[in-house]
Amino acid sequence: MEIKRSFKLFFPVFRRQDDASPGRYDRYMFNYGRLWKSAVMLTGLSAIIPLLLVSWVDFNVTQRAVESESLARTSRTVSNAKRTIAAFLAKRKAALDFIANDNSYERLLDSGRLTRLLDNLRLAIGGVTDIGVIDASGNQVAYSGPYPLAGKDYSNQQWFQEAINRGMFISEVFMGFRNEPHFVIAVRHGNSDQGFFVLRISIDTGRLNEQLSGFELSEKGNAFIVNTQGILQTPSRGHEKMFEKIEFPIPVYSDKTEVVQYHSSAEGEYILGYAYIPDSPFILMIVSKTGELMESWHRTRIEMLVYLLGGIVIVLFAVTGFATYFVNRIYIADQRRIRSLHQVEYANKLASIGRLAAGVAHEINNPLAVINEKAGLIKDIFQFTEKYSGDAKLIGLVDSIHDSVTRCGKITKQLLSFARHMDTSVQPVDIKAVISDVLGFLGKEAEYRNITISVDVPPDIPRFESDRGKLQQILLNLINNSFAALSEGGTLYISAKRIADQMLRLQVKDTGCGIPDKDIKRIFEPFFSTKAQSGGTGLGLSITYSLTQELGGSIDVESRVGVGTTFTITLPLTPRPETKENNDETAPG
Amino acid sequence: MKLLLVDDEKDFVATLAERLALRHIEADWATSAREAEELIKTRRYDLVVLDVKMPHMGGRQLKQIIEKQLPGVKTIYLTGHGSEEDYRAGVAEAEYYLLKPISIDDLIAKINDALSR
Repeated sequence: MEIKRSFKLFFPVFRRQDDASPGRYDRYMFNYGRLWKSAVMLTGLSAIIPLLLVSWVDFNVTQRAVESESLARTSRTVSNAKRTIAAFLAKRKAALDFIANDNSYERLLDSGRLTRLLDNLRLAIGGVTDIGVIDASGNQVAYSGPYPLAGKDYSNQQWFQEAINRGMFISEVFMGFRNEPHFVIAVRHGNSDQGFFVLRISIDTGRLNEQLSGFELSEKGNAFIVNTQGILQTPSRGHEKMFEKIEFPIPVYSDKTEVVQYHSSAEGEYILGYAYIPDSPFILMIVSKTGELMESWHRTRIEMLVYLLGGIVIVLFAVTGFATYFVNRIYIADQRRIRSLHQVEYANKLASIGRLAAGVAHEINNPLAVINEKAGLIKDIFQFTEKYSGDAKLIGLVDSIHDSVTRCGKITKQLLSFARHMDTSVQPVDIKAVISDVLGFLGKEAEYRNITISVDVPPDIPRFESDRGKLQQILLNLINNSFAALSEGGTLYISAKRIADQMLRLQVKDTGCGIPDKDIKRIFEPFFSTKAQSGGTGLGLSITYSLTQELGGSIDVESRVGVGTTFTITLPLTPRPETKENNDETAPG
Repeated sequence: MKLLLVDDEKDFVATLAERLALRHIEADWATSAREAEELIKTRRYDLVVLDVKMPHMGGRQLKQIIEKQLPGVKTIYLTGHGSEEDYRAGVAEAEYYLLKPISIDDLIAKINDALSR
């Protein structure tokens, strides 16, 4: 029931008017479809536009927040990495400084001592491949390590000059004589004007790589080091191999961590964070695909979209529901208004017919009375005087005039009694008399069309309190309908039966064309007519329906196409207590 | 027994009077209220048969005038019809409300009925 009711909320009753035959009542009605459409559009738009606006603003704000958050995160990671790498280098340089200060030149030349120092360095900081002492003229005077490098002359190598000039030097990564990626750290000990020497260690890049891979990066984040020419110093997760030039542009020098957004046609959006490592040729770079960083944003975005769509669906549902409900109410109210309007019109029409019938009867009755009296006088003269009494033929003629006058009088009296009961209220009613009244009105048509009418009213039906005028109208409508359905030679069968003691069942049954199934649900609806072209108003049965209801009864129809139709009216034999008029909603389907 | 018939149809009322006379019922007739008023000034009637609808003055109005003049007079309406209102009032205030055309035997029976009440 609830489900049915809530479904009804969305079911536009007024749609049904679309396929109803166009009647002359259209001008009284709104275009409900358009009303409904504009109601849905206007309310829907005024609800959805602010929703979209808010969502759009929220979308942008959130996107910006997430973007700057991801930039900040990259920047933080780069700063951390920079500090780690710088500390890594500083630690090794500090160790070298310590060794140079702690040992005299002469002691360092002792190869046993140098080997022990190398062992200690390996223990303390690890990754140290070899150690060498180079004198002021550039000759490696002492060396400890796996390679035969003792006595090598470095005097015209650039790193040596730089180490002398600046007091320290950190090289780029290179393969060198050893064919192994490594870099060197050299420190100068002593003043460059007086005697000095340079202490140099080679460091395996494995250690550096380990440091880099230690950073928490997003899945495809890529941390690596390049030199100032953009040559890769460490392995990268990108496409380039070590010592290849990276495809990113070399960013300008900055002593702070920088984050730039970068677009490559091959890889799409990137965020590139970089920092120059002080006192070294290294630039630390961390590259993250924007997509990766924004992944949480994508999830949020989809969530927002789902909420937005959900919101729109709810709004549309609500708006459609309300619009349908209200337009339905308007439609039903209009229908009710028009129905009562036409009920009044119909009643007026019947009253006019009544007045007309009464007038005609009156006008005819007077001349009839004159004919009656004249003929009567003629007969009287025949009978009361001796002169003509023997003429049987003349008396026969007068009698036949009498008979005709009596017939006419009967017809006009039927007319009058029909008209007289047109607008009476509740009174004792003899159903047999009502039926014969109505048939008296329609009997001639039946005779002309050769329609057999049989009436079956058993004598046990008592007079009962009812509205004779309404009963007449009900029967008149039903019999009229049957006549319309009947063809030449059909049969109309009217029966009354007492059922359940206090109920009367009236049946009007014809052998006419019948009503198709698709129409039968709607025949009691106002304005439903299959004869709109031939002047049907579609009101007869709907009025019959409400009249039956007003009498406290019910009406039912059963029909088979080609076989016939039976209307069954059930009426209470006692007038029902005054109840409010039951004309709620539309007629039942 | 003396009757007064009032009806604007002269043919009807004159013939009816004649027929009643043949049946030994004395009946005067008038075709308008004015004629009827003239008649009741000089004569006494036991019963009047009135048409309801007549020009100038209808039967119901005439009945009141006659009743003033002739208290206790019986009235029968004999009419083509009259309106619904006339019918109800007529049924209520007169002995009979009869519809034209009526057979003379029926009419006489009703007249006798009315007079014997």
